[in-house]
Amino acid sequence: MNEKAKNSLLYLDGVSVSFDGFKALNALSLVIEPGEMRAIIGPNGAGKTTMMDVITGKTKPDEGDVYFSGSVDLRRMDEASIASLGIGRKFQKPTVFESHSVWDNLELALAGPRGPFAMLFHKRTRAEEERIEAILTTIRLGEKRDWLAANLSHGQKQWLEIGMLLAQEPKLLLVDEPAAGMTDAETAETAILLKEIAKTKSVVVVEHDMTFVRDLDVKVTVLHEGSVLSEGTLDHVSADPRVVEVYLGR
Amino acid sequence: MLSGFLLRALDRRTWIVLLLLVAIGLAVPALNLFTDPSSPIHVPTYVVALLGKYLTYALLALSVDLIWGYCGILSLGHGAFFALGGYAMGMYLMRQIGARGVYANPTLPDFMVFLNWKELPWFWYGFDMFWFAALMVLVVPGLLAFVFGWFAFRSRVTGVYLSIITQAMTYALLLAFFRNDMGFGGNNGLTDFKDILGFNIQADTTRGALFLASALALALGFLVCRAVIASKFGKVLVAVRDAESRTRFIGYRVEGYKLVVFVLSAMMAGVAGALYVPQVGIINPGEFAPANSIEAVIWVAVGGRGTLIGPIVGAVLVNFAKTWFTTGMLAEYWLFVLGGLFVAVTLFLPKGVVGTFIGRKGANRPGNGIPAAPAAQPQPAE
Repeated sequence: MNEKAKNSLLYLDGVSVSFDGFKALNALSLVIEPGEMRAIIGPNGAGKTTMMDVITGKTKPDEGDVYFSGSVDLRRMDEASIASLGIGRKFQKPTVFESHSVWDNLELALAGPRGPFAMLFHKRTRAEEERIEAILTTIRLGEKRDWLAANLSHGQKQWLEIGMLLAQEPKLLLVDEPAAGMTDAETAETAILLKEIAKTKSVVVVEHDMTFVRDLDVKVTVLHEGSVLSEGTLDHVSADPRVVEVYLGR
Repeated sequence: MLSGFLLRALDRRTWIVLLLLVAIGLAVPALNLFTDPSSPIHVPTYVVALLGKYLTYALLALSVDLIWGYCGILSLGHGAFFALGGYAMGMYLMRQIGARGVYANPTLPDFMVFLNWKELPWFWYGFDMFWFAALMVLVVPGLLAFVFGWFAFRSRVTGVYLSIITQAMTYALLLAFFRNDMGFGGNNGLTDFKDILGFNIQADTTRGALFLASALALALGFLVCRAVIASKFGKVLVAVRDAESRTRFIGYRVEGYKLVVFVLSAMMAGVAGALYVPQVGIINPGEFAPANSIEAVIWVAVGGRGTLIGPIVGAVLVNFAKTWFTTGMLAEYWLFVLGGLFVAVTLFLPKGVVGTFIGRKGANRPGNGIPAAPAAQPQPAE
């Protein structure tokens, strides 16, 4: 393994995945440094979601290397153990446990033991309660702690899901289109929330909304047909003629 | 630790159900034994046996609700675990007959003598002892559920596919137990029981005791289910039901949870079967019939999926209707009624009888401990 891989938090090299002959990822390489926030953009079918699937263990790559924290080989692990390593994932469509209360949603996500028997006899501690309180404040759902998640608005569900990610205490957050379906005000608040989170954790954001990406003001990677087309600041990639051609559709 | 686990489950509603079950368990045999047969409050012996049978069905329904209502595992083969528990008890009862059988062989049950067998097969060893049989009532269904679940859940078989292979499992067992070479009495199954724990199985007092035992087993089953659901484990189960992949991505190994709850549920079904057999006096391969398992699912749907009380109510209601129908002139139409009932409940009472009632009362109290189970699906597509 090279020096670059060792110092990285997430290291993908030459990763390829194909489904029935369709190459969803084609020799994709990507390096995320510890503490970095990265935005990933690309047209539909560029491989953004498949990339997240590979990182979180849902899909096994056909070839290529996937390392976390420089040395942990993610290809050999399942979703649960990768989550326990400290990789959290937020889905495109907000996915919360609808028939649980906001509080229970966070309690389930809280970092800690995950085995069935430990959970049978688990008793909530004072420290856990404080932790949940703190997250409720961060995601501004303190008033709605007893609400069933099903009754939250779309934007509130998105925040709850982000709160669940925080409760997991991950080192790396993968966030899939956090601003999708939000109002402009909610979008701006979400950007602030993510920037706040990025102070302590690495974050990878997949997003379509250009205004939102501009709000984030971070390094951007452009994916196209399963590999990296361009990388740099938003201004840099927007000026790249290849990006203009495939992404902005000229 | 264990007592704390059970104590946590004791909310008011649970207390009411437990006390009610114990009261019924005592009252019905008492009204049979201590009242004059001519008295209007006298409960005839056949009714005691019939109600006892309903209670064991209720326990089976409860076990189905635990996995279907709370974890989204729709087993259409739970009758197999019920029947296996029943066979374990039946084997004990066969060995109790001893030399009083038709062929008067002190060790071999009649059907083995009839088949010209000279020795007891190895898997019949130990069943002359009640404690061993009682253990097997839990171990055999539990082990089958463990092996089955281990492969099914690890391979992430879910939804309709899982339901279909559970049907296949119970059907395979049905065919296997029909064979005489299996050593379980083939087509005829096990019957002609005489004693249980030394008491005459036909005696009114024994029937009363079996009824009480069924009521207590149901109460215990209910308490265990409540405790499981009230724990964080139960919250994870509901999370799996609602959003399985989300549960994986926050770090829970879903297959482990499914396996634990599936084995627990199978053991409960086994106990139900073991209490059923002495009360009806026979166990045969017909108990493995896929239709039986489907009926159990209908009880749960009618009573209210994901409520724990619902399946008890549903099992008793549907079986009461069944008894009423199949003893009258309408016997031939029972299956149409049952099918119609399932369709009607799915369309008009998607939360079942109990679910609709409780749902209305607690609708404005989010997070009141009873998760709103998604409506019973017309297709088993959870």
